[in-house]
Amino acid sequence: MSDAGAPPVQARGLVKQYDDVTAVAGVDLTVERGDVYGYLGPNGAGKTTVLRMLLGLIRPTSGEARLFGRDPLVEGARALDGVAGFVEAPRFYPYLSGRKNLEMLAALDGHGAAGRIDAALDIVEMADRQKHRVGGYSHGMRQRLGVAAALLRDPKLLLLDEPATGLDPAGMRDMRALVARLSSEGTTVLLSSHLMPEVEELCNRVAIVRTGRIVYEGDITSLRARAGSHWRLRTTEDERARRVVEAQRGITAVAHDPDTPSAPGALRFEGEEAAVGELSIALVEAGLGLLELTPVRATLEDVFFTLTEDGAAVPPSSPADSDAVAA
Amino acid sequence: MPALRIVYAWELRKLLAQKRTYLGLGAAVLVPLVFAGALLVQNGQPNDVAFGRYVRQSGLAIPPVLLIFGSIWLFPLIASLVAGDIVAAEDHNGTLKTILTRSTDRSRIFVAKVLAAATYAFVALTAMGVVALLAGIAVSGLHPLVTLSGTTVSSAKGIELIAASLLVYMMPLLGIVAIALLLSVLTHNSAAAVVGALMISLILQLVTILPGLGSLQPYLLTTQFNAWQGFLRTPVDYAPVVRAAWVCALYAVPALAVAFSSFMRRDVTGG
Repeated sequence: MSDAGAPPVQARGLVKQYDDVTAVAGVDLTVERGDVYGYLGPNGAGKTTVLRMLLGLIRPTSGEARLFGRDPLVEGARALDGVAGFVEAPRFYPYLSGRKNLEMLAALDGHGAAGRIDAALDIVEMADRQKHRVGGYSHGMRQRLGVAAALLRDPKLLLLDEPATGLDPAGMRDMRALVARLSSEGTTVLLSSHLMPEVEELCNRVAIVRTGRIVYEGDITSLRARAGSHWRLRTTEDERARRVVEAQRGITAVAHDPDTPSAPGALRFEGEEAAVGELSIALVEAGLGLLELTPVRATLEDVFFTLTEDGAAVPPSSPADSDAVAA
Repeated sequence: MPALRIVYAWELRKLLAQKRTYLGLGAAVLVPLVFAGALLVQNGQPNDVAFGRYVRQSGLAIPPVLLIFGSIWLFPLIASLVAGDIVAAEDHNGTLKTILTRSTDRSRIFVAKVLAAATYAFVALTAMGVVALLAGIAVSGLHPLVTLSGTTVSSAKGIELIAASLLVYMMPLLGIVAIALLLSVLTHNSAAAVVGALMISLILQLVTILPGLGSLQPYLLTTQFNAWQGFLRTPVDYAPVVRAAWVCALYAVPALAVAFSSFMRRDVTGG
């Protein structure tokens, strides 16, 4: 049953197992009204599988998904009331025109969807190509038509699977602008992506997934706070510089800097600005020439890679820790 | 949720926009024209087929000859050309996910597809019947028809009996439609479903000539393609017609039930 206060998306313990492959290993997800929620992970992390389960296209092996409190497996198409979107690339009948495709989908929707076709085509700037067969459309045009098809449903919740994939830079910009605009008009958005910059630009909350499980869930600001920073130092004399740095109060984690292969003697360390200031004086007083002393902020992308690449530890704040994973 | 009628209408519109649809309809129209054309330029007639020796006496004999000829593979092929494709094409185009994420339940889409595939088979058969009748009348004239019992019926009565025969012929054709649709759902592959349905139809016909299996003949789907001949006897023999009704249902209903259950439960992963 629909519950007026139910969150747009609520998934509990979603698992999808294909023979001996676990595509999704116990995902909990709550998207609140007004969120632009990024579901971020590398290819093969099970993002699309989760979206398919949310839309009722595939059955979870266990767990359940609800959209505005309704389970698509129980309530069928009714559970998708107010919900629109696409998984993977949007697909249409190649032998029908773009407009005919939309007319058919509007007929399957009812609720005045047919009256929104012109506006939807205008929004995605496809009005001039609407009479052409979809078979001749480029990937980007199909992607735009996919968004138009979603808009026909006048959605309160929009599910988009890698919406900017395959678009040229202008297309990506338009797509992001559209998502931002829909969000500002009150649409809740769940978008999957493998691009941290995209999520960083558009989303207020993010779940980072790796091999079917969530390794971070929270708002972007907290994620940024975990990013941390360090300093990089290059001088005229590497060996002596290291001794000076190690002796300096307030400077920790001194190490060889692996990020500057062109300067093999470069060092990295952590410390407050005040301590680094004192260090710079100490270095000069020791007769060392300063070639570089720079603060290096870890980007969200670094955090993303740390969380999603091999050898990464699952952070303690992750919900995936506390939930049993059926792998 | 939109009415079934609307979903069905769009299934028909999709068929109308595809070349494959016209391939089957074209064959249904072309075969009687070629047959009539051959009668015009050649002497003689197909004497070893029922009604064959009357094709020059009455145009009404031509539709029955083509019904007999068409039951071997032509109509099973025409029917499965669309029924075998109607779900698999959605897999091929990746459009199942597109239509299953709208406000229409899977069950309604399935029923609309069954109705559209059946409609197509009906239209193709009717087209063949009408063209065969008109071409037959053009070549051999509108004259009374000699029935299988050797009696003669008026041409008006003959047309009526041919119309009834076409309706009875629809029953095994719907059985083929159901089997092709089942294969379309299960294989996700249009070619496999079309060829598979045709193979099943041919194998069923083969069974009847294998030694020791002749007793199965009355219960084979393909045998029911002869049931209409009951109408062209005097008096009309309803027994084969009645048997065709339940034998065809015995094939079609389980096939559709399995197809429905699979369609309702399947994971839509393609596209």
